[in-house]
Amino acid sequence: MINFEYARASDVADAVRQIAGDPGAKFIAGGTNLIDLMKEDVERPSRLIDISRLPLNRVEETTDGGVRIGALVPNSDLAYHPLIEQRYPMLGSAILAGASQQLRNMASTGGNLLQRTRCYYFYDIATPCNKREPGSGCSAITGLNRMHAILGTSEACIATHPSDMCVALAALDAKVQVVGPAGERTISFADFHRLPLDTPQRDTNLEPNELLAAVELPAEGFRTNYTYLKIRDRLSYAFALVSVAAAMELEGDRIREARLALGGVAHKPWRDALAEGALRGQEANPATFRRAADVLLHDAKGFAHNAFKIDLARRAIVRALTQAARGTPQSQSDKRIQ
Amino acid sequence: MARTRTVERPTIPVPAKISIVLVVNGAERPLKVAPWTTLLDALRDHLDLTGTKSGCDHGQCGACTVLVDGRRINSCLALAVMKDGTHVTTIEGLAKDGTLHPLQQAFIDHDAFQCGYCTPGQICSAVGLIAEGKAKTTDEIGELMSGNICRCGAYPNIVAAIEHAMGQS
Repeated sequence: MINFEYARASDVADAVRQIAGDPGAKFIAGGTNLIDLMKEDVERPSRLIDISRLPLNRVEETTDGGVRIGALVPNSDLAYHPLIEQRYPMLGSAILAGASQQLRNMASTGGNLLQRTRCYYFYDIATPCNKREPGSGCSAITGLNRMHAILGTSEACIATHPSDMCVALAALDAKVQVVGPAGERTISFADFHRLPLDTPQRDTNLEPNELLAAVELPAEGFRTNYTYLKIRDRLSYAFALVSVAAAMELEGDRIREARLALGGVAHKPWRDALAEGALRGQEANPATFRRAADVLLHDAKGFAHNAFKIDLARRAIVRALTQAARGTPQSQSDKRIQ
Repeated sequence: MARTRTVERPTIPVPAKISIVLVVNGAERPLKVAPWTTLLDALRDHLDLTGTKSGCDHGQCGACTVLVDGRRINSCLALAVMKDGTHVTTIEGLAKDGTLHPLQQAFIDHDAFQCGYCTPGQICSAVGLIAEGKAKTTDEIGELMSGNICRCGAYPNIVAAIEHAMGQS
């Protein structure tokens, strides 16, 4: 790690003031990703502004029947929070599918949204990477790209967003509340993370002088018909090759409302309105699920080592929708897929 | 291959060390640390508590697991300055009055280690696991201990030791 200065923010306004005053500064909360990247010399902040003691650590009901999650709520506390367990079990399941309990105890909600890709070339400062060094080139496109994206890629970057939690948040239609010098604003989850295009150095639409304050969930939590199905190289503690958050509201055999988001396949949690449209109003059966998968994967493009992900995603989507329709969500401890 | 980095930020001067107090295994330990000193390095290099092991140094292996305010974390990814005022429990703080902690005893009784390097982290992690109260089945113990790697492969005996200690607590 390079030398850096350390300062604590006394309140949210102070945090925003401090970050505006120092372009080399970064916020630190749980630190699980940032410290790792600093040890790798990928992130080189001149100052860390510690926001971990700010009062953004509550999970509370909102007046419109939803739930507001403070940006500093640790992943483990969130997964096991009664409001989440009872009303948004898909979110709890997705959180417990990611990382280890030690990391979940440290990692914050906001940090989970802001974590960087685990692309090996992004981490390896000896290789070109447009995300790390804009204009230097993408090593993954012609290199080892087994873990990389199959949807929404660009000629500049084929990295994936590594989060599990964010896949569920995308499916749940969450909103992100941020605070900047001009005050607060709300960003829909679909607009929070970006596609790489020709600016892969920007993962999100959070401005450098803004603080992520909270994530807000709408009232609908899909507590009965949901699943989070994660496929990876190990049974535990590995990033997704493909993951699927699937949720629906059923009326008899018919799908009244459907949500479908994928992880491990794109630069952002991948939610496709057309694929959800292909489910809505249809009978919940394998033919419907296959059609939705075909729609979602219509433009999928594989690279030398990850073309298998297209077929894997298709099967995972059908399996996840089946689990959701049956009301038999994937267990995150018994890893048999049924 | 040549490093591709072309723009270097000017190196900032070394900031003054920061005074903090950690309550380690029940004792107040005042320290002066650089901002980049991890909790792991503070324990090992400043306080000579070398029971906590440095493994991967990237939060992937769990050898550095300690309890901060009762919660298990990877001390290699925590900055000591950010833990100012917290209670830290390391492997050295588990035995009481010359009697091993039930998990330490269970690891011996179940032959739950070979080289022993991961063991302090495994035991601290298991203390956290039992306190959390979420693991009820063998599968759940395995899943919630997945942040602790054992390259000797003593997993079956580690799980057996934890199950035994859990039954006692």
